[in-house]
Amino acid sequence: MPVTYELISSNVLSSSAASVTFSAIPSTYTDLVLRYSGRMDAGANKILKIQVAGADTNLSYTRLVGDPSVPSVTSARGTGISWAGYTDGSTMTASSFSSGEIYIGNYASTSANKAFSAYGAAEQNATDARMMAVAGLYSSNSAISSITLLDISTANWVSGSSFYLYGIKNS
Amino acid sequence: MPATYEPIATTTLGSAAASISFTSIATSWTDLRVVVNGTPTANLQFLLRFNNDSATNYSGTDLDGNGTSAASNRYTGDTGIYANWSAFATSAQPAFITYDVFSYAGSTFKTALTTFNQDRNGTGFVERGVGLWRSTSAINRVDIVASANSFNTGTTATLYGIKAA
Repeated sequence: MPVTYELISSNVLSSSAASVTFSAIPSTYTDLVLRYSGRMDAGANKILKIQVAGADTNLSYTRLVGDPSVPSVTSARGTGISWAGYTDGSTMTASSFSSGEIYIGNYASTSANKAFSAYGAAEQNATDARMMAVAGLYSSNSAISSITLLDISTANWVSGSSFYLYGIKNS
Repeated sequence: MPATYEPIATTTLGSAAASISFTSIATSWTDLRVVVNGTPTANLQFLLRFNNDSATNYSGTDLDGNGTSAASNRYTGDTGIYANWSAFATSAQPAFITYDVFSYAGSTFKTALTTFNQDRNGTGFVERGVGLWRSTSAINRVDIVASANSFNTGTTATLYGIKAA
């Protein structure tokens, strides 16, 4: 059997950064998986978004959000952007880092739109936390060769945040 | 380190089909993962069945959202584990579905975690769920079944095996 879940690239931040980008992604896999552990330098329950080729263009999403502070579960959607989960912010319990995963199917296709899933949560041993599941769409026939993960506003990833991009082959 | 995430089999449909089957699954792994990426010919639900069992031995619970409201639902005595129990997948955009089947070769009832993702650029549906197959048999066959209509040409389904050691 071939090895199929391979690390393409990783980035463990040694200083804060507004965004993390994986570029020059080879088209040799079937699917991509981005896994991360992160925290941001402002606010609470920071909302992440994913960009393709450095832009929100052609992205859309449907989200499912759990908010235990209400408590409530809600759903909403957007176009021209894709949210990708929550992450801990600076006003949340110290040293609490969020975890999340983005799974992009058929990313190298040059003939089809790309569906993806995302899941990310901010947990801090307190009531104010969030979790988000996302169904995303990249409406383009272009292969995806660059993805970026960042706050929807202006917060930065803090040092120690880590990001791992894997490629999965189906044969 | 041993390889622990391996493709067992993959199918890309050359013509529309109402189901995709993986048979003669060995007991070599700890867990199974099924990944489906494709479109329906028309509205349908994705079901997973084991060992060609279409009797009412399945149940599940889901959490879902359609972009305007969220809900949780359950089904019992059903004929498969649904990825999208609460809404149809449509032909508008690709749907991305995963099933994680745990301890598939064991002698207890089998559970599967499910995800369904189909955003349609203005509408969409997202679902996360859990399903149960009330059988103590080891799983040696997996069928991905359309509740109605068919999976379109080009739909890809892959079965992966995951080893604990």
